[in-house]
Amino acid sequence: MNVAGGMASAQAPRRGGGIWRVAAAIAWRSLHTYVRRPDLFIPSIIFPLVFLASFAGGLKALGSVPGFHFPAGYTAFQFVFVLCQAAMFGGLFTGFSLAFDFESGFARRLMLAAEDRRGIALGYALVALSRSVITLSTVTAVALVTGMKITGNGVDIFGLYGLAALLVLVGYGWAAGVAFRFRSIQAGPLMQTPVFLILFLAPVYVPLDLLKGWIHAVASINPATAFLQAGRGLISGVHDQTPLAFACAIGLIIVFGIWMLSGLRKAENAG
Amino acid sequence: MLKTLRQPFQLFPIVFFPLILLAVNASGLKAATKLPGFPTHSYISFAVAVAFIQGGMFALINTGTNLAEDIESGFFNRLALTPLRRVSLIAGLLLGVGLLGIMQSAVYVAMSLIAGAHLDAGIGGAAVILVLGAITAVGFGALGCAAALKTGSGEAVQGLFPLFFVFIFLSSSNLPRNLLRTSWFHTVANWNPISYLIEGFRSLYISGWDGTALWRGFAVALGLTVLALIAVAAAMRGRLTRT
Repeated sequence: MNVAGGMASAQAPRRGGGIWRVAAAIAWRSLHTYVRRPDLFIPSIIFPLVFLASFAGGLKALGSVPGFHFPAGYTAFQFVFVLCQAAMFGGLFTGFSLAFDFESGFARRLMLAAEDRRGIALGYALVALSRSVITLSTVTAVALVTGMKITGNGVDIFGLYGLAALLVLVGYGWAAGVAFRFRSIQAGPLMQTPVFLILFLAPVYVPLDLLKGWIHAVASINPATAFLQAGRGLISGVHDQTPLAFACAIGLIIVFGIWMLSGLRKAENAG
Repeated sequence: MLKTLRQPFQLFPIVFFPLILLAVNASGLKAATKLPGFPTHSYISFAVAVAFIQGGMFALINTGTNLAEDIESGFFNRLALTPLRRVSLIAGLLLGVGLLGIMQSAVYVAMSLIAGAHLDAGIGGAAVILVLGAITAVGFGALGCAAALKTGSGEAVQGLFPLFFVFIFLSSSNLPRNLLRTSWFHTVANWNPISYLIEGFRSLYISGWDGTALWRGFAVALGLTVLALIAVAAAMRGRLTRT
């Protein structure tokens, strides 16, 4: 069977359950690969821990800068940044896996075999969420062991991790859209650089009020600021911009969902 | 050096990425200057030192990746068959890295001054920065060569980058050591040689001619270079034996 014929036959039989069957198969395969390969597994956990150690440990003195008041302490203040960063990068790393699967030819074979190709996008989204459960649990455990205080209640913490889950999907949506378009790991910098910059152009080290000059202006309109402020509000129990953060996250998921599915169409057309 | 200059995408991370990080960090951490005991009122003067180290690390990646590509393509093996002395194969590469180190350091000095940093040691200090920047770049570049010769893989060399970034994070890159209040972090930063390399560059910006900081900075840069060259020699022997 030639490729064109294969594509035609792959597009034809679309059934309701097909998308979930494809998604579940991809999720199982990728998660299985992830936990068996230390070169994938370790960096995704080490990076957030290094950030946590460096920022919460190394910059603790910033907690005593005049005007800095955060009830849960500087470790919790930085933990929220690390949680958001780990969540978004969890999505990005899954985009890397997708790009790598295209480069190795696996994703192309998958495109031929899938009953409903949207299941491919959904499957990798499940992978991103599952991987992030491992990463975020590890980071949380380390933060708690090293003395992080949580002054928010159970509902607040549920909200914090709900926000983190949405951020996983934001990062994944962006990265998957790039991966579907370029189908090469060479596009890695294009996936991570914008996310890296957006995260660091937010109030990472001190609250927004203590930022001065151009960084304050940029941070004021940066959606990552809403994520950080909401997360810090939830962990400390002093809510700040929670509805705005959830609205921004859901809005970005919709935008990047369209970006990802249009990328999937481009990948289909590319054959 | 020509190979790097001819490929703008290789110049971007060396020159601009450290400057972007500097701009972001210097703005975000400006409030740190209000801490009692912080050595300067200008955070950019304090933080610019990190850019020189990051530049060195990008030299590691670029040099190592270029050499690994030459190994992967077989070009290095063909060179090894010529009458060229073995030492010349790497010495030429590292000479280029040293010159690039001077160039990138000059760019960092110029950009930091434009951005408002104050170089307390003046013109003489700038010259010392160029020398220290060149030695640092050669040291890191030689480490990249050792990794490339050992593994023969550009991917493996690229994998070293995050490892070296950890050394920057766990140092006095963002705050002076006397303000690192978490005891384990303070201990790690005290033992981390990168702290002393950063403080060597930093001293010229914020405290003029500080002999202790300078000798420690040069000792780390030269020590790194010597150790890396020993690693290169060992990896070269292994590589040429396999060839």
